[in-house]
Formats: sequence, structure tokens, C-alpha cells
Amino acid sequence: MERKKIEATEEQLAYAKTLDIGMKVGLSTLLITFFIYVTGIFEPHIPLSELPKYWALPVDRYLAETKLGAGWSWLAQIGKGDSLNFLGIAFLAGLTIIAYLTLIPILIKKKDKVYLFLAVIEVMVLLLAASGVLSG
Amino acid sequence: MSQSSKKTAITILSSSFILIANPALALAKAAESNPQTTLAWWVWPLLLFAVSFLIGVLAVLAGIGGGTLFVPIVGGFFPFHMDFVRGAGLLVALSGSISAGPSLLKERLADLRLTLPAAFITSTSSIVGAMVGFALPVNILQTALGITIFCIVAFMALAKNSEYPLVKKVSPLGKALKMNGIYLESSTGEEVMWEVHRVRRSLATFVVVGFAAGMFGIGAGWANVAVLNLMMGVPLKVAVATSNFLTSMSATSAAWICINNGAILPIMLVPSIIGVMLGSRVGAKILVKTKPAALRYFVIAMLFLTGLRMLLKGLAIWK
Repeated sequence: MERKKIEATEEQLAYAKTLDIGMKVGLSTLLITFFIYVTGIFEPHIPLSELPKYWALPVDRYLAETKLGAGWSWLAQIGKGDSLNFLGIAFLAGLTIIAYLTLIPILIKKKDKVYLFLAVIEVMVLLLAASGVLSG
Repeated sequence: MSQSSKKTAITILSSSFILIANPALALAKAAESNPQTTLAWWVWPLLLFAVSFLIGVLAVLAGIGGGTLFVPIVGGFFPFHMDFVRGAGLLVALSGSISAGPSLLKERLADLRLTLPAAFITSTSSIVGAMVGFALPVNILQTALGITIFCIVAFMALAKNSEYPLVKKVSPLGKALKMNGIYLESSTGEEVMWEVHRVRRSLATFVVVGFAAGMFGIGAGWANVAVLNLMMGVPLKVAVATSNFLTSMSATSAAWICINNGAILPIMLVPSIIGVMLGSRVGAKILVKTKPAALRYFVIAMLFLTGLRMLLKGLAIWK
């Protein structure tokens, strides 16, 4: 007997495709940058052997004692092995925003005003969180 | 459930218990005698990877999200500060759900239209939760997390999820938002149609879920299934898959708060993410073939023990 196939909607498939590609790119970036970090190809800001001194500290003391900055300051130190990891981390954290952006043209084409509104305000909320404006 | 599905579930449960419990016990002993000096730095990322892989498999099957298991286990038995554990927990929850998301969306088990309204609410409230979490002293946070985990355990033990809930009166709001769907139940080969009720009440509940998810870094998977299945009347399989997908959206906003506060340690985060991502992909493949109810009691027992550990740590009874 032939098995029926229930197709997902266009926007659902577009979102799935973005997540699928993004997850592969993000995972690859994480693996490569982490390899560079632990093998010492790029010297880290904090030597690996010294990390146990800091990882039990609360974040404010950790930042003060290691003289690391918060927010997007890792971009300025991208040449350091530990900061390099944030490329993959930020990409994965931003993937939902990218996936939402792929929905917008489809929802405009379908004239789905309610879900278009939801998608746009969600992107704005996520961009606000990512901007660093809300963080101490 | 078929014989082979039962066999798969039992194999996963027993091997998971052995592999998670052994390092956890070893870590607990090490923690008592200053872990920084007893173990080399590289031992921790390796252990994190192994534990996270198993968390990834179990989290998707149980529909509770990786962060719910990750935060109490790593916060309770590893030497990292809760600030970093919360940051990692949110990114682990996020990574696990985006890893499983594509296949669940393509199979129409996760539903985008059902997710978007809830996603806006949970992602906004989880930002507030994450900010409150950074303002609280760590012992209060640990105690509150322990109590929250007990509430989750009690709810999971008492709540009777329904495979196909009866929706007598379809919500007008649900109708307006076109929150309905159809999916193919692979175990029977039948098409299952679903609709929703009590949408307003459910969306209000997502405010609390998002706040707790952001504050503790545990994601929102632990409560999403209950809200979707018990309150809204979504079939269990769709509720589990949609919950997993919804977690990716609510965890994103709170994760950014943690990243921007500096609460990220790549040495603990990357092995955890990779472990959970790989585990979640395995879990998503198993989910299509098996029924999640088989894992219920195992996850309840595991959560109870990790919640107890977190509570005792917060009350300074078992440091």
C-alpha cells in the first residue's frame, strides 16, 4: 500500500532548511575554533592550565581578575584562541534570528499579516537581547 | 509499543544511567576535596562531552529540553560557577533544539504556527528572567532551582499527559491564529488532525515558563509539553516536538543576555554543545519510531536526584 505523505508548509520548510544549514555551519565553526583553542595554534587570553583558578568564580570577579571584557568585546580579541570560539557561539545564538528573517518574505507573499507581525516583533526582541543594551 | 522499540528504550535507559551516574559520583567525590587540584583541566571537558551527549538523547525523547537536565547535573557535580552553568545551559538548550528542529519540522511533528505566538512571549519573559538571575546571590538561585526542579518532578509524576486530548470547544483565538494541523502517526499509519483550546490561558502561562527558563538557564522544555498537551489539547507527539522547537526561540534571547554579561566559558561550553547536539540528533531519530512515555520515570528519578543535590548545595548542607 502506498504511504501518504503530508507536506509541511512553505514557511515551515524554509525555517527547517535554515536551521539545518545553520546548525551544520555553527557546529563546524565550533569544532574548528575549539581545535585551534585547545591545540594552542592561537594563544589564548587565559592559559588553559590556569582556567581552574577562574571557573568557580562568579562572572563579575572572573571578568575583573582575567581583565576580560563583556558584551561584544571578544570581537576586538578575535586573534586570541579563547575569543575565537565566540564566532561559532554567536553564530548559533543568532541562528534563530536568521531563520525568522527567512520567514518574513514568505509571510509577506502569503499576506499573513498576523504572523508577519509576530515574526517582525520577535526579530526585534532577539536583536535587542543580542545588542548588549540590556546587559550590565 | 513494539518489541524493538521497548528494547531500544531499555538499552538507552540502562546505558545512560551507568554513563551519567558514574562520572557524576566520581565528580562529587572530587568536588569534596578541591577539584581544581585533584583533576587536570582537560578531564572536565571530556566528562562534559560524554555527559552532554547522553543528556541530548534523553532530553529530546523526554521532551524537556537539554537545559533542564544539564543545569542541575553540571551545577551540582561539576566545579563551574552557576553563572557559567546557566550560560552554558541556555546555549545547550538552544543547540539541542536547533539540532533536532529540522527533522521535526519536516515531519510536521513540530508546528510553526503553534510555536510563533508562544515564542514571542517566552523569549521576552526569559530576557527578564536571565537579568534577575544575575542579580540574585548564588545560594538563593541554587535553592530556588532545587525547589523548581522538585515542582517539575511532582508535576511530571502526577500529570497525566494525553496522547490525543479531546478538544470539545475550539478556541476562537486559536482559530484566528490557524493553530491546527495534521500529522502522520508512524506507529499506526493514520493521519491525526488536531486543534487547540484554552489559548489565552496557555499563552499567559508561557510568561511564567519563560521567566523561569531564563532565570535558571534551564530552557523551557520542562513545561512546554504540559502547557501544549494538557492545557491547549495538542496531541502528545506534536506537543513534545513543538516544545523542543519552541525551546530554541525562548533560549536564544536569554542566551544573548548571558553572552553579553560575559558568562560564557568556551572550555565548558563547546564540549557541552557538541555533545548535546550530537545526542539530540540521535534522540530525534529515535523519537519518530518510539513513544516518549517509556522514558518518563527514568527522567523523573534523575531530575529528583539532581534537584535534591542543587537544594542541598544552595542550603550549604552538601557543598
